[in-house]
Amino acid sequence: MKNQKQPLDAGTLAPDFNLKDTPDQHVSLSDFQGRPVILVFYPADFSPVCGDEMALFNEVLPEFQKYNAQLLGISVDNVWCHLAFAKERRLRFPLLADFHPKGQVSQLYNAYREEDGEAERALYVIDENGTIAWGYFSPIGVNPGADGVLEALENLYKVPNK
Amino acid sequence: MSKLFIPVGSKDHIRGNHHAPVTLLEYGDYECPYCGQAHNVVMALQAQLGDTVRFVFRNFPLTQIHPHAFNAALAAEAAAQQGKFWQMHDLLFENQDRLEDDHLVGYASLLRLDIDRFIEDFEMAEIEKRVRDDFLSGVKSGVNGTPTFFINGVRHDGSFQLPGLLAAVERATRQVYL
Repeated sequence: MKNQKQPLDAGTLAPDFNLKDTPDQHVSLSDFQGRPVILVFYPADFSPVCGDEMALFNEVLPEFQKYNAQLLGISVDNVWCHLAFAKERRLRFPLLADFHPKGQVSQLYNAYREEDGEAERALYVIDENGTIAWGYFSPIGVNPGADGVLEALENLYKVPNK
Repeated sequence: MSKLFIPVGSKDHIRGNHHAPVTLLEYGDYECPYCGQAHNVVMALQAQLGDTVRFVFRNFPLTQIHPHAFNAALAAEAAAQQGKFWQMHDLLFENQDRLEDDHLVGYASLLRLDIDRFIEDFEMAEIEKRVRDDFLSGVKSGVNGTPTFFINGVRHDGSFQLPGLLAAVERATRQVYL
């Protein structure tokens, strides 16, 4: 089955947001001005597969750090659920709660599945100026790998050919 | 569609007919229960298809959720230094809940490896690099969890139960001969 939705266009300004990552702390996109940001939208915490998308991105974290990039996960789960999930999977990056109003940020990024009330499996790389450099929506039921993200990060640091 | 970033080469561990028309490659983790299931599937698949498929295994340890996976991968690579990669590979998957370092040395002695050399190789920087290189090549190939299979270089997104994998391998075989 084809995924009909398209990511926001590269070159456009990434919508700012302010979401909780812990019960008493918020994270904004603008907090990371000057660094690339990787946004990983995913349907739900605690998917039943062990080697899942979050575990993979967690494992690839050192590679992202070589580009000084900040990884952020986003789903519609609330912060308490995120805390339990992050603890169980030993995730070493923030999970943001797109919980209230539900899915608002996912919608801004065109990554909300109304029929399921969950986020798409969508990936974005945002450059250090807050511009979308790359976006990708994975077909339903297929975890995206981290290959596209790494390539997009590499391209950010490439000197343009004259 | 995700494709294999580094083609199968002389450094790879290959099981079965080296000149087989179809290559089934797995990025796997010795502590991952799904890879344990997949191990049985791959064995059954090779038994059924014989010379038409060769199997390649590359390491993809998810160390944060599987604390023994990295050392288990080192053990397999250290055993490979003495020509017993696949024997160790099988033992690791058959004993997924017994992967402490002491167990790993036990398997080495069961395989009659030179234990001093095994331990030396286990701690060798090149062996560690090999496992890390495998992992990174997997990331760059679009590995999206464990196990992830590639059939003739293309990521297999379908089921890794026997019927699904068998059908995909047979489809690839027909494509080679078309």
